[in-house]
Order: sequence, then C-alpha cells, then structure tokens
Amino acid sequence: MAIDEGLNNELQKRGIFVTTLNDLYNWGRRSSIWPLQFGLACCAIEMIATACAKYDIARFGAELFRPSPRQADLMIVAGTVTKKMAPMVVRLYNQMPEPKYVISMGACAISGGPFRDGYNVLKGIDRYIPVDVHIPGCPPRPEALLDGLIKLQKKIDSQKIDQMDGYREEKSCEYPVPQYGKKGLEPRHNPDFFTPRLDWPEKNTKDNLRMPNYKPAPAPARAAGSPLPGQAATGGPSEQGVAPAQLAAQPPASEQGQ
Amino acid sequence: MNVEEIKNDLLKHVPGLELTVEGESFIVPKEKLLEAARFLKENEKYRMDYLSCVTGVDYLAQAARLGQPGQAAVGGQSELASGYLESVNHLYSMEKKHGPIVLKVRVPRSDPRMPSLVPLYRGAEYQEREAYDLLGIIYEGHPDLRRILMWDEFEGHPLRKDYVEEDQDIR
Repeated sequence: MAIDEGLNNELQKRGIFVTTLNDLYNWGRRSSIWPLQFGLACCAIEMIATACAKYDIARFGAELFRPSPRQADLMIVAGTVTKKMAPMVVRLYNQMPEPKYVISMGACAISGGPFRDGYNVLKGIDRYIPVDVHIPGCPPRPEALLDGLIKLQKKIDSQKIDQMDGYREEKSCEYPVPQYGKKGLEPRHNPDFFTPRLDWPEKNTKDNLRMPNYKPAPAPARAAGSPLPGQAATGGPSEQGVAPAQLAAQPPASEQGQ
Repeated sequence: MNVEEIKNDLLKHVPGLELTVEGESFIVPKEKLLEAARFLKENEKYRMDYLSCVTGVDYLAQAARLGQPGQAAVGGQSELASGYLESVNHLYSMEKKHGPIVLKVRVPRSDPRMPSLVPLYRGAEYQEREAYDLLGIIYEGHPDLRRILMWDEFEGHPLRKDYVEEDQDIR
C-alpha cells in the first residue's frame, strides 16, 4: 500500500517519517546488492573498472562481490558465454538464493555479439536464465553498467514482497541445466520463457540483412528542374520512407528493464 | 642462416628427403618429418631446441591452385588434389638465439595422419591436441590424443572449412 506522496512530504516537514514495510524492505535490498564475482571475457574488465575507485560501484551499494553464489543477489553475466561455459553459468544461477537478479552485460551475453555465427558461442544467456537488465555495448562503459544497476534498483523498488517469484513456493527458481550434445547444447534454449525468432533469414546476405520487414525505400522520382537528391529539403520522401523501417529493424537486444 | 643453406644441410643429412621450399618454409613429406626435426634439433649448427608453435590449416579443394608455379610439392602428391590439411611447425633455438625454421607437413583430408612431434618436443602435446580437436589431424605417436577445447561428446572438427555449425534458432 503506497503512501500519498503529498501527505508524506507534509509529514516529513513536521519531522514525522512514515513508510511501508514493503518500501523499507526494498530500500534495504536495493541498497546492498551483492554481485557474484565472476567474469567471462573482456566485459569483466569493465566490470572490474566499475568496482574500482574511479567509477566506484560502492556508491550504489553493490561493491561486495561475493566469491560464492550462495551469498550473491546479482549475477552480472559479463562477457561471451561459450557453449562449454553455459551449463556452469546456469548452475551458478541455480545455486543463488532468492531473490536473485541477472544483468546481461555486453553484446555477447545478450546475443552472441560478434561471435554470434561461431560454432562455440551461445546466442545470448537469456536462452537459459531470465535476464532482468540488458546492457548493450562492446564492451559497455562503466557508466553503462552503473546505469544498468540503477535500472535494476528501480525494478527492485517496484516489487511487492508477497508477489515476488522467489518468495512463492509454487514458483520454482531452478532452471534446467543444458547438456553437452553432439553439435551444441541440448536443449538449445529453455522453451518455458524463450522463443527464437523465426522470421529472420538464415544468413546475412548483401540484399537481405537480418532485419525483419526491411525494405529500402524507393528512390524518389526526380522531376525536371527539381533540386538534386543531396540538396533536397529535409523530410523528403526517402527519409520518411526509411526511418520507420530502420526503427522497427532494431534488434531486440537493446537496453530494456523488464 | 638462409633458406638455401638450411635446405642444403637438410638434403645432405636426411637421406631420401624430398624437400620443397615455399617462401621461407620447408614442406617435408610426413614420413621424413621426425627425421628432419631431429636433425635440426640435435645438429651443432642449428640446435633448434624449442618448438614454438604448431598450427593446423585446412586447405579445402586446392585443385585450382595445383597448376600454378610454386605448387610443385602439392602437384607431386596427387592425393592432395581434393584438399589437404597442413601442420605448420615453427622451430627456434634458445641456445643459438636464432630461428624460426618452419616445417610444413601436408596430408590429404581423406587420411589426415602424420607423425607427432611430442617424442622430440614435449611442448607440442597440447598444441597437437588442439589441431586434432578443431581440424581432425591425427598425430601418430601422440601420447594422449583427445579433445582439448570441445567437450568429449562433440562430433566433428569445427575449424574445418566445410563444417556447418548448428542452428540455435530452431524451436
């Protein structure tokens, strides 16, 4: 039950502080997030920089990197998740106590990144464990990681104790660990919460990029005496035609707090 | 220590060696690899006591290159026409502070067997395991030839040019 903000302000001016158990509890949780101390690739170096003096993640209460998943609240998947490493990452996630959160840091952890078409790289850790915050970048700067952390804190603030997944017995917080198969991991993803997009073409070609429904705008017909294309007034038909398609063509791996 | 000099020494001291020079490197038949490497390692003049790097290469369907000049070594071995796997060994001398001398071995993709250099250079063990894992070159005489990077259940050799990786986007 939320307190009326105006009333709360008025009371605070008179030296009375009122809160709810829910708010107090979430304030404590979000102000002391303990991340799991592990890194998978170069993003981990940025994570280390974030933890050091210059960027100082301690300002946000998340400086206590724990060496054991049993003591951690947050898993920062920092770097390329190879198929060989993915089962260990899922197992670490399973071993964390509830409530637990995942930040997918960098292009590789989100989607495979530059190694997406490789034989050995998982196309995003969100195929096996639920991700709360995606941070794009290759690697993301420390400021971006801090921004992701703040977004996660906002999410924690908005949660209700009695409705959270980890506090309800009927909701399992264990996710199946993928097994090594003949060509890759089995299963390829967790069908409970992940569905691969099938409307994308198999491979990138010159004319057919991995962008759904992308059609280049037709060149505008140029009437005699009209200005050259380079001199055309802004907002011409070509710009209007392309812009929405490009917007729609953004990959789903952009920054988003779920 | 130039290429001509090394070539003449190898031909003089390794009987029956068919040697081809390709740039700065020497292509030796797989039967003579151990002998040539042993000569380079133990000879007073060379003392190539350090195997720095074992590299595997896949040349898929080199038929088009066969007719070109400088490809005589391949042309001499007709079984390599449908593509071959190559193992490149870089030898250095820590004692004499010189190197590298590059020894290449080419084997057909249908029968990719070649002798292991582990009996001479213990450091070749992991690198030959990697070439076996990713390219499927079988090093005979290797003490422990098994996968090193991929898991044991994995099938195929993913760095071969004709390897097709799985489609992870199947529902």
